[in-house]
Amino acid sequence: MKDKYNKKELKVSALENGTVIDHIPQGVVLQVLRALHLENFDDAFYLGSNLDSKKMGKKGIIKVSNKYFEKEDINKIALIAPTATIIEIKEYEIIKKTKVELPKEVIGLVKCINPNCITNNEQITTKFEVLNDFDDIKFRCYYCEKTMKKENLEFL
Amino acid sequence: MKKNLVSINDFTKDEILHVLEMAKKFEENPDRSILNGKLIAVLFYEPSTRTRLSFESAIQRLGGRIVGFSEATNTSIRKGESLGDTIRTINQYTDMIIMRNPYDGSARYASEISTVPFINAGDGSNQHPTQCLLDLYSILQTQNTLDNLNITFVGDLKYGRTVHSLVKAMTDFNTTFHLVSPLELKLPSAVKYYIKKNKLPYYQYEKIEDAIPLSDIIYMTRIQQERFVDPVEYEKVKNSYILHANMLTNVKPNLKVLHPLPRVNEIDPSVDSTPYAYYFQQAKNGLYVRQALICYMLGIEV
Repeated sequence: MKDKYNKKELKVSALENGTVIDHIPQGVVLQVLRALHLENFDDAFYLGSNLDSKKMGKKGIIKVSNKYFEKEDINKIALIAPTATIIEIKEYEIIKKTKVELPKEVIGLVKCINPNCITNNEQITTKFEVLNDFDDIKFRCYYCEKTMKKENLEFL
Repeated sequence: MKKNLVSINDFTKDEILHVLEMAKKFEENPDRSILNGKLIAVLFYEPSTRTRLSFESAIQRLGGRIVGFSEATNTSIRKGESLGDTIRTINQYTDMIIMRNPYDGSARYASEISTVPFINAGDGSNQHPTQCLLDLYSILQTQNTLDNLNITFVGDLKYGRTVHSLVKAMTDFNTTFHLVSPLELKLPSAVKYYIKKNKLPYYQYEKIEDAIPLSDIIYMTRIQQERFVDPVEYEKVKNSYILHANMLTNVKPNLKVLHPLPRVNEIDPSVDSTPYAYYFQQAKNGLYVRQALICYMLGIEV
């Protein structure tokens, strides 16, 4: 199993040190990239999309050199890519492998989609309740009570 | 713990019923000196004559005093003061804050900051819980119960916040819902969710005539032209949801027609003189319900 996994990784490029974000649902790789502000990242990173996956059919993957993500960034990944696995690598060895978890609440990470919401008009930390209705994930603003879909998430 | 009322869902069914029972006592006698020595802030960031005067009458008839403003133009808000700072300041002077503000969610935010009880008198298009309480009181007073009623909602069911709050609140009382609206303005699924969750029956109609004979309550709302993307669609439906006295021939004897007011043309004046019209009494009920609510939130029992 492990050999097979490594082989697939090698298709893109092996990491010496850094983080692999695996099992990203097909179609949201770029959204994850933007949420993590990787467009401004100054070390090497690799993107894979439309990769075959036994579990998911098609999947995406991101590998980032010399970078380990903080809890806040991992929460962001969870919101966009709830199936993702975070694999931390040091000297080509996997040192930690975690599945992201969808939080119950999202505090201060995303912007409310409602322009008339008080959080868009005054300096207030945003707060959303995560509604998971049969895998249809939605976010309800604690203040204006409007609900937004995952596709409409805009990170602060 | 300090009480807040931002959304009708902040109150349990028992709390709602308790406030409605208190309101009955104020209807018997609305002039009581039980708020003597209390100072209440009534902060209206946008004009709303009906709601503001109703709150102020409620307070003054109970002997309480008021500070506040009826629009934001002459206040420090114009100088750029944040809502948070305004609330932080005013709650040091007063025993309670009542606020209307054009931003959605402003009430939840202010209620978190306020150290005194807080009542939402309308936050943008979000919540207006005292309207909901007076609607519930009007239903209770006209039907002698809130349980097992047939309630018909007519008009703009998509955007009408009073409809959304009342539908949600009525799901606690085994209601049968009749929903009459043009296709464009149907009740949103996020609100229907509460009906379904409680496994209650609901029926949707495009014609008001079909629902009238079944109704204990008809709750009318206004259809606004600006809600339609296509003005032609508006022209097509605008006269289909107007209630005339001659439509009220085959009705239940206990039927009452409610409307949050102000009405434009959706209830023809011919309805006013029928025994079914209740919307002016409904507005008056706002006084008793607000008196009850203020006392409940200040911990004053009557």
